[in-house]
Parts: sequence; structure tokens; C-alpha cells
Amino acid sequence: MSMIEISCVEVWREISNYIDAAIDPELRARMEAHLKVCAHCTAVLDGTRNVVKLLADGVEYDLPQGFSQRLYSKLKD
Amino acid sequence: MGVAKPPLDANEAELIQRVCQGDKEAFYGLVRPYERAVYAAAISILNNPADAEEVAQEAVLKAFSSLARFRGEAKFSTWLIQITINEARLKLRKDRRHLYESVDEPRSDEEGDYFPQDFADWREVPSEALQRKELGQALKHAIAGLAPKYREVLILRDVQHFSTEETARALGISEGNVKTRLLRARLQMRDALAPGIDGSWTTGKAEYKKVRPW
Repeated sequence: MSMIEISCVEVWREISNYIDAAIDPELRARMEAHLKVCAHCTAVLDGTRNVVKLLADGVEYDLPQGFSQRLYSKLKD
Repeated sequence: MGVAKPPLDANEAELIQRVCQGDKEAFYGLVRPYERAVYAAAISILNNPADAEEVAQEAVLKAFSSLARFRGEAKFSTWLIQITINEARLKLRKDRRHLYESVDEPRSDEEGDYFPQDFADWREVPSEALQRKELGQALKHAIAGLAPKYREVLILRDVQHFSTEETARALGISEGNVKTRLLRARLQMRDALAPGIDGSWTTGKAEYKKVRPW
């Protein structure tokens, strides 16, 4: 059974959906076949996955000091 | 997928009832779990804490005064964030510093493919190399360097963990656009954060080159 090859550009285009497991099985299979033999795309995948992981754990927008009190008093007015 | 969950939490529904009956304090209880998300959404558009706080407050007040109009079709948090995004964009329009920055949504995502700039393989999550605080700063700096339409999506999806659907609703764009912008945002973040030749952590350039296909 032959599988249609995809290019690196196509892989990069779908890499975000791939990470989110939001692509159909056929495309997934083609991408995995490509990733097996392509070091560049594997590097892009690993790096992008790391970014998602880092963002999930590492970014918090701390509320400024007193934010809640100021908000609450604005509501009370 | 099974039956969809009712979007509105029973406890939230009760709080909303109480607010509509005149209980102002109940509104604060409704909003408190989302204070950080509201602030993050505001800062994703405005990029500075003072403006973000001002807009966050206005958004919450606006949500309070229009609560009777909230029908419960979407989650309360999505609705609240939607209001926040709109208030932030309004402020951006008024702010003279951003006179020439386009705030209106384009009809389609018209740009060419974004090509990753760097093929260095960093399989290890580099957080071991940095203090946690430094990492947070590096990430925020990289986020701040993104174009606004990518920054908004990245923060809602990857920091606030909104679904694609919720993000599309909050920003008033299609789910397809959310995915395309998220792709670009993530690839640009990767390029911004990629270790330099000597392996040390760099926060990257403020601007991102966009490579068009031949």
C-alpha cells in the first residue's frame, strides 16, 4: 500500500494540530512517516512541543498588588 | 462524544440569579475565579499592566451591568473574556500610541506560510537550565514580541487553556483562524526561544521574519 508523501512545508503547516491531536488519522500517518526520516521536522516538532509545555507550566500573569481589592471596591460603588 | 455538558455551572447559575435579584456581592464571587484570566486576556492585547488593570475593571463592571443579557448559552467565563477582549480593543483604538496599528480583524488569514528559522534540535525542555522565574520572564518577553493577533490566541489557548471553540468565540474569529494563528504563534515562540549556537538561552529578536514561499 503506497502512502502519499508530504513535504516539510506541509508538515510545518500541520504541526500545531498534530501536537493538539486534532488531525485525521490519514494525515497523522503521513506525518509520522515523514518525521521518521526527517531530522529538521523532528526538531521543529520537539521544539514546538516544548514551547507548549513551557507555556502550560511556566507562564502566570500575576495580578498586580491590590488588584482584587480595587476591583471589589469599584464594584461596590 | 457523549451528551454535551450544560455550559453553565449550577453554582454559577445560582449566583447569577442572586445578582439579578440585587445581590452585588454575589457578582464578585462569580468573577473571582476568573480574575487572572481576565487580566491575562487584557494584557495579551494591551501589553502593559496599568492598561490591563484598567480594562479588566471596566470589563467586569460592564459584565455586571449587562448580566441580565447573559443567556447561559456559552460558559460564563467565555462571555466574560469576550467582553474583556472587546474592551481592550476599544482602548487600543482610543490610545493614540496605536494610531496606526490595525485592530480590525482581517477578512482572512492572508499571509504565506511561516517557515521555522532554526533547526537546532532541543529535545530537552530547557527549564532545568534556568531558574523558574527567569524562564517565566523569558516566556513573557517572547510573548510580548508577538504580533497582537498571534499573542491573543497563544495566551488564550496555551496559557489559559481555552478550547479552540472558546477561543474563537472570545475573539470573534473562526476556529480555522484560531488554529492558523496558533500555529504561527507557536513557531515564532520556538524561534524566539531557541538556544543560541553556544547553547545558552536567548530571548530572541523582537521582530519575526516572515518568509514567503517562492
